Amino acid sequence: MSLQFNNEQMTEFKRLVAHYPEGKQKSALLPALNLAQDSFGGWLPTEAMDYVASLLKIEPIEVYEVATFYSMYNLKPVGKFVFEVCQTGPCMISGSDNIIAYIQKQLDIKPGETTKDGIFTLKLVECLGACGYAPMMQVGKIYREHLTKEKVDAIIEEYRMQVVALN
Amino acid sequence: MGVKLLLEKANVPGIRTYDVYRREGGYTAAEKALKEMSIEAIVEEVKKSGLRGRGGAGFPAGMKWSFIAKPEGVPRHLVCNADESEPGTFKDRYLMEFLPHLLLEGLLISSFALGSNDTYIYIRGEYAWVADILEDAIVEATKNGWLGKNILGTGFDCMVHVHRGAGAYICGEETALIESLEGKRGNPRIKPPFPAIQGLWMRPTVVNNVETLAAVVPIIKMGGVEYAKIGVGRSTGTKLISACGNINKPGVYEIDMTISVEDFIYSDEYCGGIAGGKKLKACIPGGSSVPILPANLLLKTAKGETRYMNYESLSDGGFATGSMMGSGGFIVLDEDQCIVKNTLTLARFYRHESCGQCSPCREGTGWMEKILQKIELGKGESSDIDLLWDIQRKIEGNTICPLGDAAAWPVAAAIRHFRDEFEWHIQNRELSQTSNFGLQHYADPIHVPA
Amino acid sequence: MSEQTLFKVTVDNITIEVPAGTTILQAARQIGGAVAPPAMCYYSKLEGTGGKCRTCLVEVSKGSEKDPRPMPKLVASCRTTVMDGMEVKNITSEKVIDARAAVVEFLLLNHPLDCPICDQAGECHLQDLSFEHGKADTRYEFQRRSFKKHDLGKYIQLHMTRCILCYRCVFIADQLTNKREHGILDRGDHTEIATHIEKSLDNEFIGNVIDVCPVGALTDKTFRFKNRVWFLKPMDAHRNCPTCSGRVTLWNRGDEVFRVTARKDEWGEIEDTPDGKPGWICNTCRFDKKHTNDWVIEGPRAISRQSVIAQGHYAGNIGTTLPTEIFKAVNDGRAPHLLMDIHNESEVNLPSVRLSEIEGPSHGNTFNNNSTKA
Repeated sequence: MSLQFNNEQMTEFKRLVAHYPEGKQKSALLPALNLAQDSFGGWLPTEAMDYVASLLKIEPIEVYEVATFYSMYNLKPVGKFVFEVCQTGPCMISGSDNIIAYIQKQLDIKPGETTKDGIFTLKLVECLGACGYAPMMQVGKIYREHLTKEKVDAIIEEYRMQVVALN
Repeated sequence: MGVKLLLEKANVPGIRTYDVYRREGGYTAAEKALKEMSIEAIVEEVKKSGLRGRGGAGFPAGMKWSFIAKPEGVPRHLVCNADESEPGTFKDRYLMEFLPHLLLEGLLISSFALGSNDTYIYIRGEYAWVADILEDAIVEATKNGWLGKNILGTGFDCMVHVHRGAGAYICGEETALIESLEGKRGNPRIKPPFPAIQGLWMRPTVVNNVETLAAVVPIIKMGGVEYAKIGVGRSTGTKLISACGNINKPGVYEIDMTISVEDFIYSDEYCGGIAGGKKLKACIPGGSSVPILPANLLLKTAKGETRYMNYESLSDGGFATGSMMGSGGFIVLDEDQCIVKNTLTLARFYRHESCGQCSPCREGTGWMEKILQKIELGKGESSDIDLLWDIQRKIEGNTICPLGDAAAWPVAAAIRHFRDEFEWHIQNRELSQTSNFGLQHYADPIHVPA
Repeated sequence: MSEQTLFKVTVDNITIEVPAGTTILQAARQIGGAVAPPAMCYYSKLEGTGGKCRTCLVEVSKGSEKDPRPMPKLVASCRTTVMDGMEVKNITSEKVIDARAAVVEFLLLNHPLDCPICDQAGECHLQDLSFEHGKADTRYEFQRRSFKKHDLGKYIQLHMTRCILCYRCVFIADQLTNKREHGILDRGDHTEIATHIEKSLDNEFIGNVIDVCPVGALTDKTFRFKNRVWFLKPMDAHRNCPTCSGRVTLWNRGDEVFRVTARKDEWGEIEDTPDGKPGWICNTCRFDKKHTNDWVIEGPRAISRQSVIAQGHYAGNIGTTLPTEIFKAVNDGRAPHLLMDIHNESEVNLPSVRLSEIEGPSHGNTFNNNSTKA
C-alpha cells in the first residue's frame, strides 16, 4: 500500500484512537478520516479509505458508508484551497447569492468545479453556524466572514500569494 | 442591563486561558460540587433550577439526568452535543470559542453527577478551530488537576474527549450523534431504547447541549432556587440568543427571558434595530425549523398582548399564531426579503441534511424543495400551494426523528402566514422574477377579537 | 421479563393475549389477515430491521390499562412493544389509512414503475402495498432519480431505482456472512445500496438478499427475464446439502426448473426449518441446482401469501380475519384487497386454477374459462 501516514500523522492517529475504550476503535473513524483527508491532499481516494479500514480493523465498506454520508469528506480531488460558501437562509438574506456569483466570475468556475491551475475549488454548502457573520465561507479550517466583493478579491489574492511563496 | 450568568466574563482579556478563567472565579463551582455536595444534591439543584435543555427541545435537564440507568458494573457516559447546525444558531460556537473552561467546568460537575468517567464533546466538523481551542483547554485543565485521575482527591476520575464530526446536521439528534460517535453513519436510532438506558456503546448515556451544561456552573454557584428566580414562569435562568439576518447588530446575546421581542430587536443593547432603516417583515425566532412569524404576530400575540423572549410567550397561540424558543437562533427578515426564496433555501437545507433512512423524510423533503424551486422560478401553479401543504402534513409526525418535523414546520408556517405572497408569485410569474412582494400588510396591527 | 406474563392487546377491536415483549405487529400477525399492518422493511428473522419504511404505522388509542392515554403520534408497530390493555387501531383508523397512503406515495415517488419488465412483479410487496393502500395516480411531476449502475457479479442483479431502502440486504450480509461487502452509501434522497468499488458479491449465503428484498431491486440473474412468476409452478423440494438445510421451493414450468428460492410463509418471510432456525439457503442450491434430478420433489407448494397478480393461483389460502368494525371510508369506500375478491373484476384470473397442480407447463390459455381445473 503506497498511501501511508508518516510518523507524525501516525502519532496523531494513535492519539485519536486512544480516546475510545478498548475494542471500540471504530469510534475513531470520523476523526481518522479527517486526518487522512488532511494528510492525503484534501480528498479521500479509495486507497486512503481502505488504509483507514485496515488501521481500525474494520471492513472497507464500513468506511465507504461513513465517508459518503458526511458532507465534509471529498471523494474526488479538489483544489489546494476549497471555498465552501454557505447558501442557507440567514446567509441568503444577507446576500450570499451575490457573493457566490462574484466568486464564480472571478475564478471562472461553477460550483463543484476546480480552477484549471488546481488552486481553487468552489463548493456550495449548507449552514456552517456563522449566521451572525454572514455572508461567509470556510477555507480549510478558517471561517472567512462578513464577505464583500472587495474581501473576496483580497482572499483570492492572499491564497494566490501563498501558492507563489510555496513554489 | 439584564442578568448575565454565562457571558458575564466573556470580554475579559485572556478568559480563554485557564489562568485568567481561574483568577476570575472559575472552577469554584466544580470545587463546591465535588468537595461539598453529594451526587443527589447536585441533581436536586439542577432540578430545582428548572433548567430546560438549550438545544431546542426544552426538556427539563434535571429530569433527563434522573432517567439514566445505573446497572452494576456498566460505565455511563455524558456526551456534550456541540453539533450546532441549526441555521440561525451559533451560540454554542461563541461559548466554546471564548469560554472553553466554562464548558469544561460544567462538564466536570455534570460528569460527576452522572458518574461519567469518559465524557465526550461531539463538535461539528466545521468548527475545527473551536475543537483546537477545546483541546488546549482540556490540556490546561488536566495539568491543573481538574480533569484526569482522582480529581481534587475525591477519587473521581474524569477525562473529556473532543470528537469532531464531519458535516451532518442530523448528528444534532441525540441518537444519530451517538451512532456517529460510534463511527457509523448518522442515522437516528429507533426509540426505545432511549439513550438513558442504552446509548453510546449500548451503555447508559445522557446527551446535553453545550449551553445546558455550561448553565450548570451558575446553578451550582448560586443554587437552583436562586437560578429559578431569574426569568419568568417555566423559563428560568438566562438564555443565549444568536441574532442574525437584517439587523444592525448581529451576535450572541444573553437574555434573562423577561425582555419583550420588540425591545430585543430594537434596543441598542441587543439587535439595534433593522439594518438600513428598513422595516421588519418577519422573523424566525428559534432556529430555522421553528415557524416563521410575520412582524405583527411576532411583536404581539393573537390576543394583542406583548410577546416576550421566553419559552411560553414565543409559543403562545400554538403553531396557528405562535412559534417556539427552539435553539435561540433568531433570524430577522426585513421588508425586502422574499418569503418564498427563504423557504426554498430552508427546504433545500433539510433535503440536504435528511439521512435518508425513513421514507417520508427522504422522499418528502426533496419533493417540497422541487415545488418551491418551481414557484421561485416563476413556474408555479395555484395547486402547488395546497400540494406543499399536504406534503408537509404527511411528513410531520410520521418520521423516525424530529428532522421530518423540522423540515415540515418552516414550509407550513410560510404558507400559513404568507399564503398571499406565494399566490402573488404564482399569479405574477414574470414580475416575481424581478421584484419582491415586499412588506405588504405583514406589519399591520392585527385585529384582536373582543 | 418472564415468558409467562401475558398481555392483553386489542387490534381493530379483536383482542388477543400475547407474551410481554411482543411487538404490536407480531400481535396483529397472530390475529392475521387484514388486521396485520403491512411491513416493507421489518423482517422478523433479521435482528435490527424495521422502523424505517413507516408503512406499519398504527394508532395507539389506549396506551395500557395502567396509563390509558393515547400515544400522541402514530407509532411503528414493528418496533413498539405491547402493554397490557393496549388498544390499537390499524385499518379502523382514518389517521392510519391517511398516513399509509402518504407513505405509499412517498415510496412510489421515485420508483420507476417498470413492473412490466420487472422480475419481481407478481410477488412484489410494493405492488401489493400500492394496490391495497395507494392512490391511483401520482402528484409528482419531476424527473425521477436515477443511479449509476453497479454490477454485483454473475448471480445478483441490482436495480437501484427500484430500491425502497429497507436495509434488509445489509442485515443479511451482517448476520449471515462473515464479511459484508455492500452497504448503504451517500445520504438523503441519493442514498443507495452499493459496493462503492466494483465488486461481485460472492459469499455462499449472499443469495438470500434476493429472497428478503421486498421489491425488484435485487433479483436472481439466473432467472432474469426467463418467465413471469405467475406462470411458474411452485414445488417444495429438498436435497442433501452440506452447506444449508437444502429445503427450497422450486419454480418449474413443466419439468424445467426456472428458479430456486427459499420457502416463504404468508408474510413473505423465510420459513423456519424443523429445528426452528430460519431456512436460509446457500448459493449452490439457489443458483446451480437447476435440474429436477438435483432434487427430491415433495409436492406442490402452498404459496400462502396473497399477491395482487398471483392471487388465487397457488395451492394455499390464507385466512382472512376481518376486524369486527371496519372504518367505512377505507380507501374511498374501497375495501383493502385482502378483503376483496379480484375474480369479480377479472375474467382471466380464475380462482379454480391451481398452478402447482396442473399437468405440464402453464400457458396463457391455462387461465381461460375452459382451462383445466385442479
